[in-house]
Amino acid sequence: MGRRTWAIAVKEARQIRRDPRTLGLLVVVPAVMLALYGYALTFDVKHIRVAVLDHSRSAGSRAFRDGLFHSEYFQPAGALADLPAAAAALDGGQARAVLVIPRDFGARLAAGERNTVQALIAGDNAHAAHVALTYLEGHVRHANRQRLDELAARHGTELTPPLRVEPRVWYNPELDSSRSLLPGLVGFLLMVIGAVSTSLSVVREKERGTLEQLQVSAVRPAEFVAGKVLPYLAIMLFTEALILLAARVLFAMPLRGGAGWLLAASVVYLLGGLGVRLLISTIATTQQVAFQIAALATMLPSMLLSDLVFPIASMPWALRQLTWLVPARHFIAILRGLLLKGAGPRAWGLPLLVLIVFAAGVFGLAARRLARQLRGA
Amino acid sequence: MSPGPPSPAAAAAVRTEALTRRFGAFVAVDQVWLTIPRGQICGLLGPNGAGKSTLIRLLCGILAPTSGAAWVDGCDVERAPECVKERIGYMSQRFSLYGELTVAENLRFFAGIYGLDRRRAQQRAAWALAMAGLRGQEQRLARELAGGFRQRLALGCALLHEPPILFLDEPTSGVDPVARRRFWELIYQLADAGTTVAVSTHFLDEAEHCHTVLLMDRGRVVAAGRPDELRQQGLDGVVVEIACDQPERAVDILAQAGWARDPALFGASVHAVVDDARAGASRARQALTAAGLTVQAVRPVESALEDVFIHLIERADRAAAAARRSRDH
Repeated sequence: MGRRTWAIAVKEARQIRRDPRTLGLLVVVPAVMLALYGYALTFDVKHIRVAVLDHSRSAGSRAFRDGLFHSEYFQPAGALADLPAAAAALDGGQARAVLVIPRDFGARLAAGERNTVQALIAGDNAHAAHVALTYLEGHVRHANRQRLDELAARHGTELTPPLRVEPRVWYNPELDSSRSLLPGLVGFLLMVIGAVSTSLSVVREKERGTLEQLQVSAVRPAEFVAGKVLPYLAIMLFTEALILLAARVLFAMPLRGGAGWLLAASVVYLLGGLGVRLLISTIATTQQVAFQIAALATMLPSMLLSDLVFPIASMPWALRQLTWLVPARHFIAILRGLLLKGAGPRAWGLPLLVLIVFAAGVFGLAARRLARQLRGA
Repeated sequence: MSPGPPSPAAAAAVRTEALTRRFGAFVAVDQVWLTIPRGQICGLLGPNGAGKSTLIRLLCGILAPTSGAAWVDGCDVERAPECVKERIGYMSQRFSLYGELTVAENLRFFAGIYGLDRRRAQQRAAWALAMAGLRGQEQRLARELAGGFRQRLALGCALLHEPPILFLDEPTSGVDPVARRRFWELIYQLADAGTTVAVSTHFLDEAEHCHTVLLMDRGRVVAAGRPDELRQQGLDGVVVEIACDQPERAVDILAQAGWARDPALFGASVHAVVDDARAGASRARQALTAAGLTVQAVRPVESALEDVFIHLIERADRAAAAARRSRDH
């Protein structure tokens, strides 16, 4: 490495070290964010509040109700007197669902006749409503099955259903949504956290006039870019290791693929992100503008178009094509392949290639703009 | 490195031919021709916006000329800016240092930027510390230094690679008078040691420190020469000082008389430029006495550079206004 590149890198590293806020933002905050998001950003719906309007008041209806509240998915939200009270409970949000048990429930149950319960579900949160309905049906299916088995046992036989699904969930057997989210979070945090401080570093030199001082020296644009980027790359790699460690300790996140590939993909991804920030800093003239562009250009696409929150598969065609430009999308795909699946290069070769092209592209652009600025054209 | 006589461009430290830089429709530097011989201190003077900083930036190779040409130490600023950059030191009025780095770290950084090896970097850093009066302060953060020390440290950083030519863009704005004087002593020492210095300033008294002075206005060089030459020739006449009552009326009367140029209040008296000291003095006395003023004294005085510059800039402004008028009609 050239003397000039080294001088810039050392200076940059010193500046970061002297600025505890930036350092904290770069290193500690991502791990904390991962923990916060990991716990909060869960799509598992649990503890659905269910109120019961029991017209039957029989042993059978009580058994059905108690069975429901045995699971962690439902939690009692009180007994209701009449239908208007049920409407009030749903309106006021005290209950997400109301179970209406008819007057003859206990008698029909005892007689083994066809029986019905009504479920009123608040559909304002479609996802939660959908999950609640699924759990409820599952609970009923389970109750039916138990009942049928009892009947069969009474007749001395065993029931064999004609068709059964044997589900085996790979990569994440417990279907733990926090674990499937983690790779996405890692990709998101790495893109967003460093964005601000890195893009400020060049603009700050513009504002203070030190960039001018570098312009009159014989520093080449490539040396400047390398010197600026290397310390941040090192710090961000350390940050990533910290995040992955946090994911492992807190959420039992596995690493099934090769660590070497993970490092290579991370370097390419981080370089792409740093390139974007460098490009931003060549466009912006004040730290404030750089901050806003950086936040906008990295945060929203990395959150919305990266498969982190919204599945790309269910996006409209045009939006799906747009996601190709979002590096987080590709890195998240690679991370899922490496962390959860332990898949080989065939599974994530294309995303890695796209990331390489992306990094080369933004660096080329940033270096060209910087070269022109260093020449003062 | 070809043997033989140096090219004419290499003979002077700085030379320009019709150097011009536009920003859109605005002409910041307009057809500037100049030559700065080696080892000289050349002062660039002029009001704000006259184009001094732009000219310096053009010469440093950090701004490309729109037209014309310039050579610094023989290197073409447009075709070989890298060659220029290796031969110059530059310091702006912002004393651009890294405030969160220590004195020693700033020196080490700039030594690295200029590509000095370790031994030379140490030697030059020691020189810069002594020059800036910062020995023993190596571990202080640059932002904690007082203005004068920051200025001298910035100068030291700009000189680490011992450039033959030094460009200073308003280096003394924002420091106290004592620091200003010390700074000029340093510049003299550098020039004595053979460094060519081009320095812009808006302090007119600093022009007296320079070997040659370029007076700029609206992007053009309106006068150039040694300070004493400019004092003698810049006015096309002699300054007379008139002490009288009602000096403001005296200015009006002289302005209308026609034979006195640039009458202006100067303290409690009036300065005006006349062709001949003796004839002008008696004419002024007569005219003012005839108008009912009491004239105490009229005597020729040595013109200050300030008189010359005001005179030259007003003349340039009048010429520019006349050119505009004739173009508009």
